[in-house]
Amino acid sequence: MRKELMIILGAALIAGCGTTGEPEQSGAPVEDRGAKRIEGTEVKPVTAVDPMGAALAAVKQGVLAKRSVFFDYDSYVIKDEFKALVEAHARFLRDNPKMKMLIQGNTDERGSREYNLALGQKRAEALKKMLTLLGAREDQVEAVSLGEEKPRCSEANEGCWSQNRRDDMLYTGEF
Amino acid sequence: MMTVFSRVLFALVVFALSFAARAQLTIEITGAGANRIPIAITDFVGEPGVSRAVAMVVRADLERSGLFKLVEAGTSLGENAAVNFADWKSRGADALVVGSVAPASNGRFEVRFRLHDVQKQVSLGGLAYVMTAQQGRATGHRIADFVYEKLLGEPGIFSTRIAYVVKSAGRFELQIADADGMNAQTALASREPIISPAWSPDGTRLAYVSFESKKPVVYVHSLATGRRHVAANFKGSNSAPAWAPDGNKLAVVLTKDGASQLYSLNADGSGVVRLASSAGIDTEPFFSPDGKFIYFTSDRGGSPQAYRIEAGGGTAQRITFEGSYNVTPRLSPDGKSMAYVSRNGGRFQLTLMDLATRQTQILTDSDKDESPSFAPNGRMILYASEIGGRGVLAAVSSDGRVKQKLSVQAGDVREPAWGPFLKH
Repeated sequence: MRKELMIILGAALIAGCGTTGEPEQSGAPVEDRGAKRIEGTEVKPVTAVDPMGAALAAVKQGVLAKRSVFFDYDSYVIKDEFKALVEAHARFLRDNPKMKMLIQGNTDERGSREYNLALGQKRAEALKKMLTLLGAREDQVEAVSLGEEKPRCSEANEGCWSQNRRDDMLYTGEF
Repeated sequence: MMTVFSRVLFALVVFALSFAARAQLTIEITGAGANRIPIAITDFVGEPGVSRAVAMVVRADLERSGLFKLVEAGTSLGENAAVNFADWKSRGADALVVGSVAPASNGRFEVRFRLHDVQKQVSLGGLAYVMTAQQGRATGHRIADFVYEKLLGEPGIFSTRIAYVVKSAGRFELQIADADGMNAQTALASREPIISPAWSPDGTRLAYVSFESKKPVVYVHSLATGRRHVAANFKGSNSAPAWAPDGNKLAVVLTKDGASQLYSLNADGSGVVRLASSAGIDTEPFFSPDGKFIYFTSDRGGSPQAYRIEAGGGTAQRITFEGSYNVTPRLSPDGKSMAYVSRNGGRFQLTLMDLATRQTQILTDSDKDESPSFAPNGRMILYASEIGGRGVLAAVSSDGRVKQKLSVQAGDVREPAWGPFLKH
């Protein structure tokens, strides 16, 4: 079990490096032994073609950059307004079979923490079900819950609560 | 180091702290019992500093219970001194505690005390302890436990500990403190949430849920060594640990097969068995003290209600029927009543049900109550609430009369769990 955790943490660390936009290899500084810079020329980094890297970049753009689905009070029904978004993510997962997704379900703060954790799980499972129906593989998507523990907004009013009743979709490298 | 209990203003001299508490819990009494026993606790004779500190802990404990009224003693009396009962009676005391502190070997102290029944003019007994200077508070709690049990006929809880989570500025700390809020120690600090601490029946371990790996995972943590292991980390969410009374098994909630469902496993994480099956949510398991049943929350009937099943699994029996939201069922140590949180017109309130008559009583006037936890003698129920947008802990006696508020200056306190009796 502990080893499993270490692997997860390790993976998160490695993945974390990949999301910063910096070159992957950023170890100790290396002396520049190349030609001196000549006026008018421009040196650019060249990286090998990496389909995973392209996928990691793709999920940060356009419709795929949108990652949240919001819910009504005490409900885990995905509303029509989010169906296009869910379809786009399902298509992306289908076209990029190596990408994985973690869905984190969330609730507002009212009521029992553990019951809210279970409610957040229902929301995450509802989204997972829709994604798999639309083409994602079951083992590509993990649904977990954060319950009421990670509110995006912390005031005690409906405006805030409605932002907290949501699923967040995280891709490989983001969790 | 000086600490002040607000309102009641006990000045407690803490004569030796082996560590500094980062966020001290302060306890305020906001309601007392109807018939408080008037008791005088004299300063003990000998070793004035230690004597006064021990006697202060005894006084503070008994007064905080809401069941005793302190009578000014204004004198020091040894445990063998002749007692002028008529004099104490005229001062209004029904009971009297006297004692002494004397130096013992290796820099230690011998503390002796005696409890008198002033009305009947008899001694109710006493004890002697040898302690280090650092054990003054612990000795005071044990004396208070003795007095409480002799006069009320049930064990005192002053030597027990409580666990709770403090949230401050993006930091979560699982803390363990004495029942009076002193000596807080951090068992786990994390940037991610920690919820649902549960004491093992012998008080040596805590099971809890930590989100440190970006999802809920159940850990079992040995308090003395600080070592811990993952008890449940399956695909999906892992939460709501509850100890079986034998201390070997846990009931947990897993989502590995779909929605949140009840499972049983060994404390080392092996031997996972599914306990119940429902189409909806089953969560918040809690063993009855005899180990025969698991009480839990389920929305199988359309709204979250309390149910129970036999501990080995089986058919669920619904327990709560009134209202559309009754969660977090927790049984009293004698198994006769059940504390839970009910929603009443948008207010979430701590409620108590007599399981024999099914009669219920709302115990609080607050509206964001959560996470009830009985004291091991069943007298008080500790729970989380909110005052002015800040998380506080509160305790209420099972008759609703005695009320306490426990808060920290620097942050939100939540997720309380009252530990078991210590084996002396």
